[in-house]
Amino acid sequence: MSIENALLELRRLDDLAHQDTPLHRLDARAKVLATVLFLVSMLSLGRYEVARLLPFAAFPWLLATLGGVPLSLLLRRAALALPFVLMVGIFNPLFDRTVQLHLGPLAVTGGMLSFSSILLRSMLAVTTGLALVAVTGFDNICRALGRLGMPSLFLVQLQFLYRYIFVLVEEAGRMMHARALRCGAATRPSLREYRSLLGSLLLRTLDRAGRVHQAMLCRGFSGTMPEYGMPTRFGRAELRFCLACGLYLLAVRIFDLPLLLGGMAGGLFR
Amino acid sequence: MSHHILEVKELSYSYPDGTPALSGIDVTIHHGESVGLVGANGAGKSTLLQHLCGSHLPQTGRVRVGDVPVTHGTLREVRRTVGMVFQDPDDMLFMPTVAEDVAFGPLNIGLPPDEAERRVNEALELVGAAHLKRRPPYRLSGGEKRSVAIAAVLACSPDILVMDEPSANLDPRSRRLLIKLLRGFTHTKVIATHDLDLVFDLCERTIVLHQGRVMADGPTADIFTDSSLLYCCGLEPPLSLQPREGCTAS
Repeated sequence: MSIENALLELRRLDDLAHQDTPLHRLDARAKVLATVLFLVSMLSLGRYEVARLLPFAAFPWLLATLGGVPLSLLLRRAALALPFVLMVGIFNPLFDRTVQLHLGPLAVTGGMLSFSSILLRSMLAVTTGLALVAVTGFDNICRALGRLGMPSLFLVQLQFLYRYIFVLVEEAGRMMHARALRCGAATRPSLREYRSLLGSLLLRTLDRAGRVHQAMLCRGFSGTMPEYGMPTRFGRAELRFCLACGLYLLAVRIFDLPLLLGGMAGGLFR
Repeated sequence: MSHHILEVKELSYSYPDGTPALSGIDVTIHHGESVGLVGANGAGKSTLLQHLCGSHLPQTGRVRVGDVPVTHGTLREVRRTVGMVFQDPDDMLFMPTVAEDVAFGPLNIGLPPDEAERRVNEALELVGAAHLKRRPPYRLSGGEKRSVAIAAVLACSPDILVMDEPSANLDPRSRRLLIKLLRGFTHTKVIATHDLDLVFDLCERTIVLHQGRVMADGPTADIFTDSSLLYCCGLEPPLSLQPREGCTAS
């Protein structure tokens, strides 16, 4: 995916956050809390648990469906994280060769299980994060984090990261374009070229950071980002949403739902 | 109205690597004046502007905004009086939406939310950008970004407007609208630019900088008709004063 396309996709998520659905209207804190609970309960499962991860997919699916977010967009965006995930887990099947279970003639090793588990967890986590952005908006998430007690210093960093990623990507796009025009679009930059492109981008970024800081100081900035508009309330709808999500997530964390369903299905056929 | 006077006396400044940027600048700008600051690249225009809004502090000499000397301790007061519009509007628009960006200054001053909201609406109305209120800044065109950046400064109600290259990267129509907008302001204005035609349209007084020194300070019409002075400072008369041959088909 080209830099420009990645930027367009990111903007699409931002556009989706401006929709008006019951899920969009909920106070951002409810959605952030539910997502944190989802991440904690999913990530705390054992490393060989694969089947038990599957019921967790209901949460991002629910967010996407209720929030009118196309699942294809989420999956496409989440696929961008795949190379990094593969890097993390690729050697597990080589190192952990203890056979954990047999699927017919196929012996499944611990490494294969943990690799699948890493892959599934990452995809679930990234998809949920993207769905949260698409139904809440990044700035609302930051505001919710601030109201939940995140220190202002981290909050400002997050807000700026998101605001200037567009400027930075545009700048990187211009540099890549200028390079392509001078050495043929077909050739990819060499490692050496990447080094100088990144170095130059870093210097431009530092320059811009200095100017942005000056612009903020000129308008009275003293370390805390001011909050504009009336804050939303954490009311009954938010409480109901948190309770429903919380109960489901706790249930799938405590009970082995696929095993229970499998047992019940087995009982029916017996 | 001494609090609207900008006074620069014997100001000199060198960058940390020792490169001299300003030497012995003496300038006084009075209430309601519209002053163009022109000079070739590297003449010291931006550095002088940064001294006016307290982004740089004088190494030698002094800068006063009204009765207040620009020092580390008076920056808050100075910045409430002097509103600076940066060359690149992207440097000024860092909030998620236009409304939040314009409200950033008023809220930092400590205004209550409803008063900040009123200022946001007024400022956006004034620059003709009320319809952009809910848009994220990265979705704006260059001209719209410039208008919003000006609104963001106006919302702080400064007495003095300082602008760095306000017409840079604007298409002819946006530039024309900007000139119309600025002409309507009664603020004291200091405009640093390479766009001499804009200065010709807006400023009754012009200061020419060359290699960190003031080479001329006087009525715009006199300075822009002094070709030898302009050429000597790496400038040319405004396009509107230059004879043109036009392009003919061969």
